[in-house]
Amino acid sequence: MTQELNLTLQVWRQEGASDPGHFETYAANGISEDMSFLEMLDIINEDLIENDQIPIEFDHDCREGICGTCSLMINGQAHGQEKATTTCQLHMRKFNDGDTIVVEPFRARAFPVVKDLVVDRSSFDRIIESGGYISVNTGAASDANLTPVPKEAADTSFDAAACIGCGACVAACPNSAAQLFTSAKLAHLNLIPQGQSQRFERTETMVDTMETFFGSCTNHGECHEACPKEISLDFIAFMNRDYVKAKMKNRKLAGQS
Amino acid sequence: MVATSTNPQGSTPIFRRKLQLPFPLNIYQSSIGRKWVMALTGIGLLGFVIVHMIGNFHIYEGPVQLHEYAETLRGLGGGLFPRTFLLWLLRIGLAGMFLLHIHSAYSLKERSRKASDKADFVGGEKKYGSKRDYVAANYASRTMRWTGPIVLLYLLFHLADLTWGWWLGDDYVLGDPYHNVVASLSSLPVAIIYVVATVALSIHIFHGTWSLFQSLGINNPKYNDLRRTLAKLIAGIVLVGNLSFPVLVTAKLIDDDNRKCEVGDVACLEHEAEKH
Amino acid sequence: MTVLNSKIPDGPVADKWENHKFSTKLVNPNNKRRFEIIVVGTGLAGASAAASLSELGYKVKAFTFHDSPRRAHSIAAQGGINGAKNYTNDGDSVHRLFYDTVKGGDYRSREANVHRLAEVSVNIIDQAAAQGVPFAREYGGLLDNRSFGGAQVSRTFYARGQTGQQLLLGAYQALAKQVASGGIELHTRTELLDVVLKDGRACGIVTRDLVSGEVASHSGHAVVLATGGYGNVYYLSTNAMACNVTAAWRAHRKGAFFANPCYTQIHPTCIPASDEFQSKLTLMSESLRNDGRIWVPDAFDDTRSPSQIPDSERDYYLERKYPAFGNLVPRDVASRNAKTVVDQGKGVGTLKNGVYLDFEAAIERDGEAAVRSKYGNLFDMYQNITGENPYQTPMRIYPAIHYTMGGVWVDYNLMTTIPGCYSIGEANFSDHGANRLGASALMQGLADGYFVLPYTIGDDLAGRLGEATVPTDDPVFAEAEAGAHDQINRFMSIGGTRSVDWFHRELGKIVWDYIGMERTREGLEKALSEIPALEEEFWKDLRLPGSAATLNSGLEKAGRVADFFELAKLMARDGLDREESCGGHFRAEHQTDEGEAQRDDENFAHVAAWEWNGADSVQTRHQEELTFENVALTQRSYK
Repeated sequence: MTQELNLTLQVWRQEGASDPGHFETYAANGISEDMSFLEMLDIINEDLIENDQIPIEFDHDCREGICGTCSLMINGQAHGQEKATTTCQLHMRKFNDGDTIVVEPFRARAFPVVKDLVVDRSSFDRIIESGGYISVNTGAASDANLTPVPKEAADTSFDAAACIGCGACVAACPNSAAQLFTSAKLAHLNLIPQGQSQRFERTETMVDTMETFFGSCTNHGECHEACPKEISLDFIAFMNRDYVKAKMKNRKLAGQS
Repeated sequence: MVATSTNPQGSTPIFRRKLQLPFPLNIYQSSIGRKWVMALTGIGLLGFVIVHMIGNFHIYEGPVQLHEYAETLRGLGGGLFPRTFLLWLLRIGLAGMFLLHIHSAYSLKERSRKASDKADFVGGEKKYGSKRDYVAANYASRTMRWTGPIVLLYLLFHLADLTWGWWLGDDYVLGDPYHNVVASLSSLPVAIIYVVATVALSIHIFHGTWSLFQSLGINNPKYNDLRRTLAKLIAGIVLVGNLSFPVLVTAKLIDDDNRKCEVGDVACLEHEAEKH
Repeated sequence: MTVLNSKIPDGPVADKWENHKFSTKLVNPNNKRRFEIIVVGTGLAGASAAASLSELGYKVKAFTFHDSPRRAHSIAAQGGINGAKNYTNDGDSVHRLFYDTVKGGDYRSREANVHRLAEVSVNIIDQAAAQGVPFAREYGGLLDNRSFGGAQVSRTFYARGQTGQQLLLGAYQALAKQVASGGIELHTRTELLDVVLKDGRACGIVTRDLVSGEVASHSGHAVVLATGGYGNVYYLSTNAMACNVTAAWRAHRKGAFFANPCYTQIHPTCIPASDEFQSKLTLMSESLRNDGRIWVPDAFDDTRSPSQIPDSERDYYLERKYPAFGNLVPRDVASRNAKTVVDQGKGVGTLKNGVYLDFEAAIERDGEAAVRSKYGNLFDMYQNITGENPYQTPMRIYPAIHYTMGGVWVDYNLMTTIPGCYSIGEANFSDHGANRLGASALMQGLADGYFVLPYTIGDDLAGRLGEATVPTDDPVFAEAEAGAHDQINRFMSIGGTRSVDWFHRELGKIVWDYIGMERTREGLEKALSEIPALEEEFWKDLRLPGSAATLNSGLEKAGRVADFFELAKLMARDGLDREESCGGHFRAEHQTDEGEAQRDDENFAHVAAWEWNGADSVQTRHQEELTFENVALTQRSYK
């Protein structure tokens, strides 16, 4: 039989970027343990609407853990306590009857609050725009099998490319650093042959853009623990090395290795 | 209505890029470069800590050998350089590394504070209203910004104590480090300061040793696990080695008894050293 | 009967696209920058189109209601993307992919479009690989392929179970590159409210900034709608929460014909709902059917755990009924058979709403490690959601709405019946006929965006060189903005008692019950009487707390649900008029003795395209006849 939970929620409410914001306490009763965390918030919102109060705004979309839209700091942990899980895939069976749950937005100065639990993560887009791509105009590609990619390299590149851009790494970081996000995209593109020609330029521009928004890494490893896709810290080391190399390298004579 | 391009608020940079300095100073302009400098100076300072500790082990051989070791340091470079020239070079290098290490650490801390502080609607230094639940960050990594300054304060104390002899007063004998160490550490409060500082230093080294591999990008899944082991090993050695001095002095296992030379008789120490 | 001109080029089907590309008017490279193109939606189709158009030199304005283009629901496609590369040397070809797609679509798609799709499928793979999409590779470093639902060749390229994510990120990054170069002006958290016409031509759009609530106008020489499908009309579907029909529907209300709305696809392998408040259904890749065996207990209301049911008391009904294809029968066949057994009372799980998908045999044959490497992430996902371990106990699956083949009617150039307005990707109706093959959605979205629209859009633009865009202070924009404001004000002032979600849920139940997997005349008529009643209540009893000048997701949803109501009625009408069963449209009255879909090629080998006649009257049904010169129409049989 499905268990039902009665919970107390402390939810961050904030009108907009300039509002100081505050915590509000809500009761969530009769929550089925098969519900996801967001479905529990849906129910609270239904109650709020019923009582003619303004529902809680929170980011969400695919609800299957891949779009990276959902966020939330749940009891001080990004996406809650479950490892490798987004908030939408966090199920209420992981909580106990009677729990008090504190729900806050992802915080960083580069993630201003839009409303309540919704934050603006467009700084991530700016990082990608500054070099997170391989320049190949549509139609310019040669046959896909002309460029073999060693399976191990392709697999590692994929491990990095699995990043969903949710921002949990920044939220969990005591320094509000975005090293894990940036290094994941760099590793995705820098580890495969297709990405080599822009490798060092990309590393330089993406890191430089990242540093206009975010704090500095102190190698705690909190980002990796919070990451729903378990992106490895190894990519950060890879980025650090490539960045200094990029500064040293004479790219006009790239062939001299 | 006029069409406007939506420019989300979060797109506004927090840190403006400054004018690009010429190579290699531009490396130090970026925080990754700064971490890199922090790691390199960390390696240098770690080397100093280890060499300094090993050198100090001469204390177990006796006053003469410790004196002889101090003399060797002053005479580094042999006939090639004037006496104490190389030692001063090392000292200046060390001081430079210290300054860079401290400056990079402080400036990056400030940067991270700025990257978080506007997010802070909750008050105080906290990023979140709820109790932060650290998962990976360990005690060592979270206290780098405390163990660092502790070590710095200790360093000043240590210099004043044994290099300049500020408070040993008449008991401070230039050229007899053995006596000075014993005299200083015999005081329990001083011994406690040394113990506390050594513990802080070891914690600092524990995270620093692992962290520097990350910062320098020295990374290979084949030996990544060894980085933690190495960090534990080095931190352990530094801890045990440096703790031995105050502990053994306090336990009176090292003292001024049974010396061949009288305290203050530097000429005797030199004479004994020559017989070696 | 020729309101609809599909503009299919002459010549043999294999030459049509080549010929068309040659005969299409070109815009001189230096002149492209004088044209402004609005692209609404930045999923696979929208992002790839915006990037490609911008690379060509057009000035592009891209719009998404997400906070970033990377969030589009294309990201959730798991299985893979077809490409007629024949890297596996197993007899695949452009012609075979074309043939399979037409057949899979149950002969309700345009041959010419499908052939073009098959032709460019190979370019998509090349393009994606060059962008750095980390497709699965073999140890030699070359691309790996697998066979996918309904195909007898291995032509599906994949990136673990996250092919859609990786392809979308590829397109998103191409878009990002163009945004950085200034070629694309990107508007995030901005929703389309209306398509604006001047003198019968699309001249721009009206949008609402979802953060500030500001209603604004944007003008362009062409408007491209890449806004996805309408599966969320069912409330519970595998679509993301924000997927909607609004852009397509507002275009429909402005004159774009809406084609084949009754063609909706059910995905056979979803996780069954666990309770009433479930907000969406989670899909698991169909590739699971490659190795999983589907069964139900022989006995009705069998409450034993699956491990206690011996093989002799299990019904592997797909293997039994379709020995040749077994568990790999097309989606609709697999789905309907699941519904049949569940309706019989053989369903499994607490709510008796699923069938088993069992990997025991595969684990025994290949070992758990091999199964884990293929499906690891899917198994983890299943375990996370249900709390059950699929390595030990069979998965429970049930069909859910997944994709909609119907959509805005477009001609061969992907232009809608509004000149200057285009529709690409899932939003249009074009390539999948009455049913879509697995791994073909990604293919079509990217084909339209990368390789079709960038060519065909020039045909119309070339003749308009020197024409300025309509200024946004033109009365047509003012009128459209006023209309948008009116609707917002109307929503905000209803002051009823029920939430948008409540209405959406109720609508979803009606649509699922009567316009779902199996349709009947009686049911469709019932839908046509129940939907308007609920709709009327919606406009009287909706409650929307909050303000229209801030982020207000209730208001966003209200607009979308209002459009779903109108769409649902059209779906029922379309289903009612289509007196046959084909692909995703199964009319219980029209089935063979074996319970298979019975097409009526004589009377229904056509596209039904509906013309809006105003809110108070019923749409007019137009027909575009389909001719099949290269593929013989056969009754599908997967025995």
